Amino acid sequence: MSFVSLGFLLFLLILFVLYYALPRRFQWVLLLAGSLVFYAFASPKYLIYIAVTALSTWFAGKLIHDAYAARDAYIKDTPDITKEDKKACKEQAKKKGRRILVCCLILNLGILAVCKYTDFAIGTINSLFGTDIAFLRFALPMGISFYTFQSMGYIIDVSRGKYQAELNPAKFALFVTFFPQLVQGPISRFDQLSQTLYSEHEFEAQKITQGAWRAMWGFFKKMVVADRLVPVVTGIACNPDKYAGGYVLALVFFYTIQLYADFTGGIDITIGVAKMFGVDLAENFDRPFFSKNITEFWRRWHITMGTWFKDYIFYPVSVSKWMLKVSKWSRAKLGPQLGKRVPVYLSTILVWLATGIWHGASWNFVVWGLLNCLVIIISQELEPLYAKFHEKCAFSNTKGWDVFQMFRTFWLMAFLRVLDVYRNVPLTFRMVPTIFSSKGWSEMFSGGMLKFGLEERDYIIVAVAIVIFLIVGILQGKKPVAEQLAEKPLVPRYLIVWVLIIVILVFGAYGIGFDATQFIYNQF
Amino acid sequence: MEELMEILTGIRPDVDFENCTTLIDDKILDSFDIISIITELNSEMDVTVPADQIIPENFNSAKALWAMVEKLQDE
Repeated sequence: MSFVSLGFLLFLLILFVLYYALPRRFQWVLLLAGSLVFYAFASPKYLIYIAVTALSTWFAGKLIHDAYAARDAYIKDTPDITKEDKKACKEQAKKKGRRILVCCLILNLGILAVCKYTDFAIGTINSLFGTDIAFLRFALPMGISFYTFQSMGYIIDVSRGKYQAELNPAKFALFVTFFPQLVQGPISRFDQLSQTLYSEHEFEAQKITQGAWRAMWGFFKKMVVADRLVPVVTGIACNPDKYAGGYVLALVFFYTIQLYADFTGGIDITIGVAKMFGVDLAENFDRPFFSKNITEFWRRWHITMGTWFKDYIFYPVSVSKWMLKVSKWSRAKLGPQLGKRVPVYLSTILVWLATGIWHGASWNFVVWGLLNCLVIIISQELEPLYAKFHEKCAFSNTKGWDVFQMFRTFWLMAFLRVLDVYRNVPLTFRMVPTIFSSKGWSEMFSGGMLKFGLEERDYIIVAVAIVIFLIVGILQGKKPVAEQLAEKPLVPRYLIVWVLIIVILVFGAYGIGFDATQFIYNQF
Repeated sequence: MEELMEILTGIRPDVDFENCTTLIDDKILDSFDIISIITELNSEMDVTVPADQIIPENFNSAKALWAMVEKLQDE
């Protein structure tokens, strides 16, 4: 069931009415039932995958809980316990917890790996060794990367003793399957989400209205901008022999706008819908294109994935026994300044390799991840030079310089992302340099851009939308726009809301013959 | 605490560890420094800092770091 469908709106309406009509204590049960229905609509056969992840993770959590509870009870019931015994008891429970954790990780990451990466591995083997192994084409359950990472974050936290395991399997199943976040995240943390997910919620008109506004803003981004740009992006990317030079620059630009509108729009719908049910989800974006460098960009884009990798890969790898040895060795051999970089850069490379692979089972994503890593490491190494530059050049502290840095970051990220659309590394590296040739430029500006099914008015709509994104972004810097809107007098407030609704209805890319496209991040 | 101060000043001699309480919040320590501190704690004081202890509250000041070291030594 796509967010952008009448079926979804009907589903939402029924669930919403029941949610506030039923006794409050049944609200979470209804959310679970609704989430399962939502998932079953994607395809009933996918339910088994998410059920295995939910049940195995719940069971592992319970086993760890039992082991830790037994440890605590033993220590409590043994008043004359020595310090050594206490330490040994804790170590034993920790080891047991770790064994359960490893089994759970192997099972669930194994399912993810088999579903998502088997054909990638077969394709790589075939091309390397000239074999002809048939592709297995496993089903890729909706949101598998998102719910697997969310569940694995939970079980790691439980094993670390960060919080108690959820002992109710149905409640835990709701944490894994909560329908708004199944499509493309955010990757929630149990301790944060559970605070509002299982609570009883009164009908709070203000919160519900703000949630609906947020969702509408998401529909605007998705339907008016992202889906409008699909024909031009696919048209150029799928015909590299026909469209080179200027067209490639257009592709770089329009794909970035499409991706931004699609992913942030989808998250706006997700967070808005959850808010309508009283549930607070983590923010996944913080005005990413206002970033002045790529490191800052990655702190503000897909935040929940970035923090997941930081907490569960970067730091554990950086402080692992093996890495501590590497760190000690490199500091002794290379000196403290150079040596201290080795463990951090090794962990950074690993994180970006994982980030690339997480995005998709193909080499273009691996290369994309590693290129991001390279740019980050180069920026880090050039930091002292930047500091000198800021000291010596007064203009580098002006607003104009800030805008230049944002512009530079936008284009840098846009060029890296073009690997997504061509989905072929050699082709991408062949096409991008053609921008600097004369190919396509004159044709582009003499009607070439109107060949993809987009008219002049479509480009004007996109241009106006980009200006609106910028204005909203600037306003968001102060506080959430929905809150600012709520403070406005009744007439301008509802004038803005109705204009938004009319714009979606009039300019939204939908209707007979139009196939609402899947969210881009849904495939990741 | 003295041993810890030696480790800290050895890694970042330019930082006032005696008085600063915003080492992470003010981005005075970066990830290189944090990993270096953890490596030194491990080799000099035999303290293993698990990943879940790498939070700003534990690294914002020398005092907070010392509290974390004592807690980990106790466990």
